[in-house]
Amino acid sequence: MNFDFSDDQKNLKEQARRFLSEKAGTKATRRVLDNETVSFDQDLWRSVAEMGWLGVSIPEAHGGLGLGRLELCVLAEELGRALAPIPYSSTVYFLAEALMLAGGEQQKAALLPKIVSGDCIGCFAMSEGPGAASPANIASTFENGTLTGAKIPVTDGDCASHAVVLAKEGAGLSLVLVDLGQPGVSRTVLKTVDPSRGHAKLEFRAVKAERLGAMGQGWELAEAVLDRAAVLLAFEQLGGSQACLEMAMDYAKNRYAFSRPIGSFQAIKHKLADMYVAIEVARSNAYYGAWALSTEAGELPFAAAASRAAASDAYYLCAKENIQTHGGMGFTWDVDCHLFYRRAKLLAVQAGSPAVWKEKLVRSLERRNVA
Amino acid sequence: MDFNDTPEEAKFRAEARAFLEANVAPKSADAERMQRKLKPLEFLKAAKEYQRRKAESGFAGITWAKEQGGRGLAPIYAVIFNQEEARFDAPSQPFSIGLGMCVPTVIAFANDAIKNRYVAKALRGEEIWCQLFSEPGAGSDVAASKTKAVRDGDDWIVNGQKVWTTGAHFSDFGILLVRTNPDVEKHKGLTMFIVDMKAPGVDVRQIHQASGGRDFNEVYFTDVRIPDANRLGEPGQGWSVALVTLMNERLAVGGSYGPDYREVFEFAKGVASPSGSGMLIQDAAFRQRLADWIVRAEGYKLAKFRTMTALSKGQTPGPESSIGKVINANQMMDIANTAIEAMDHFGVINDPELAPLEGAFHQSYMFAPGLRIAGGTDEILKNIIAERVLGLPQDARADKGIAFKDLPTGR
Repeated sequence: MNFDFSDDQKNLKEQARRFLSEKAGTKATRRVLDNETVSFDQDLWRSVAEMGWLGVSIPEAHGGLGLGRLELCVLAEELGRALAPIPYSSTVYFLAEALMLAGGEQQKAALLPKIVSGDCIGCFAMSEGPGAASPANIASTFENGTLTGAKIPVTDGDCASHAVVLAKEGAGLSLVLVDLGQPGVSRTVLKTVDPSRGHAKLEFRAVKAERLGAMGQGWELAEAVLDRAAVLLAFEQLGGSQACLEMAMDYAKNRYAFSRPIGSFQAIKHKLADMYVAIEVARSNAYYGAWALSTEAGELPFAAAASRAAASDAYYLCAKENIQTHGGMGFTWDVDCHLFYRRAKLLAVQAGSPAVWKEKLVRSLERRNVA
Repeated sequence: MDFNDTPEEAKFRAEARAFLEANVAPKSADAERMQRKLKPLEFLKAAKEYQRRKAESGFAGITWAKEQGGRGLAPIYAVIFNQEEARFDAPSQPFSIGLGMCVPTVIAFANDAIKNRYVAKALRGEEIWCQLFSEPGAGSDVAASKTKAVRDGDDWIVNGQKVWTTGAHFSDFGILLVRTNPDVEKHKGLTMFIVDMKAPGVDVRQIHQASGGRDFNEVYFTDVRIPDANRLGEPGQGWSVALVTLMNERLAVGGSYGPDYREVFEFAKGVASPSGSGMLIQDAAFRQRLADWIVRAEGYKLAKFRTMTALSKGQTPGPESSIGKVINANQMMDIANTAIEAMDHFGVINDPELAPLEGAFHQSYMFAPGLRIAGGTDEILKNIIAERVLGLPQDARADKGIAFKDLPTGR
């Protein structure tokens, strides 16, 4: 039994934590949050590229470090803990993973090296309105190499250079790759629950696009990309949850009421113990997701869904109870609690809500039992 | 990351499996039904016989030192044996408290003469042990024990009452926490003893539980004599001794009982949906709940794999092992409650001849409240997580600096 990260991976995690606490931290998050014209932290993005983090799992042939997905999971946890205000997930978990999963050699050769260098920013465009995306409510259309339609919201759509878009093609759906620098693409910046990350509505008026993978395979490919991204997002959620617990612990030990630390009251203890239990459940499920992702195991859909469901619930619990533990101070703009509460909600609904992943989890249990 | 055994672990697992295949039936609904039909005495005989074979084959006291009759292996091997044993219908339950909690306390605190007298016999299943801590006035606050022992020459004379003692009615010996000095603070006046459960003045009465069963006992002590040689630790150090026992309890309790998510999933395929069309398994609300159960059950199982990993590397496991009981007792109750409500009016029937899964959901429903209390209530376990894992300060205490005899007691 070796159900843990290796010493090298743990060292990488330590390094990442030290680097992010110096370069990022919630001050950096606030610089994006408080400034409507800033979409992400460009300095941090460049530093992350220099560290090689954008190409951790990209093969060396394309300029990456060629490490496995476990290293990526380790970084994801730290980026989540730091609330890093950069389009990392959209670029690395979505665009790079979609290219490596479904892209042709030319597509990979053209974009992967640019992802590694930080010159290409990705986004994943699926949703077109309220409610879970499904083959029935995708109206964007890809025909004869051109894409028409609108996607809302698109995380990092305000700053991305390329989008992976799910669109109708003939009777089915296809996944297509779009260069967002061309005429006919318009972006409208959106106000969101988490302004520390950029969001936009993307509109395509007969713009050039190319298919990623086979025609008609769009839904299946999107699901496969989402399974991979789900595990990585779960690690970001885990990092955020842990940060909330640590904030709450620190406050509970040092804040006095009724002449004693509030952490000595059972009402606070039990709240924090519940957060701890939720995090342990989420962590254990996320590790299983990491194993499945890194070994390309057939269990990935089950493990990804369980990772995501556990991590979304844990982050919500930890973020809201962190505010509650802080009392009135937790409801001020200046105390960081709300940054996590905001990010928790973005991460919960981005790439499928908790309810969607719970439904997927039961479906994969049904498939497992049939098989 | 992988889920594989090391070569030594794999070899041990194969040996364990071979032993189990030769000695006990695989787990099945049939086997469980059979076991339930066995009379208590027959069951106990079978359990003792199984324990004897375990000891002969080197699968008892796997982590205990060789001089205690154990095998001197690392904890990972005990975990592996337990994993394998769980796949069989092994009657190991009567020994879990004695060998899991009581005898390790004896080993930690007794002299060689006492160890020679008790340890080997316990390991071979010849003598069964129970743990006498809780009292009517000392549950979560077990250090408030009032049962008292007074020195009389080479003996101590014990009077008082213990409660919720698992297996006292078939136990030969117990470890007993008593008050030997009421004039000092409550944690400082306790002492631990080995007590002969067949000694004159020990009166065991089974408790009729809310669930209908009789798994626990009250134990009354009237002028019971215990030789001073049976003392574990110094007079007044009973609380430190008890903490060693209780640390083992957290590892021993926390398994899951009753129908799990797989069973309620199968059940849901055959019962009508509350929507009036289709089956429960098609009901969206049920599916969301089922997902929550999967996440928690898998999370608990995988957390144990993390513990195993730490053990396998020779590390002390982290606090993740303390979450089990908090998760499992509540989940067991929630699954049972959902299944019973899903049966609608039929859900009142718990007759094993008529109820789904032979009434297993109803058994869970009625037993789960006890599990949320036994071995540390949910609230106490959360305090333990908060204080020992998260490092939060202790609650303000009303009993500091006050002699035990002067403490307020209420009803």
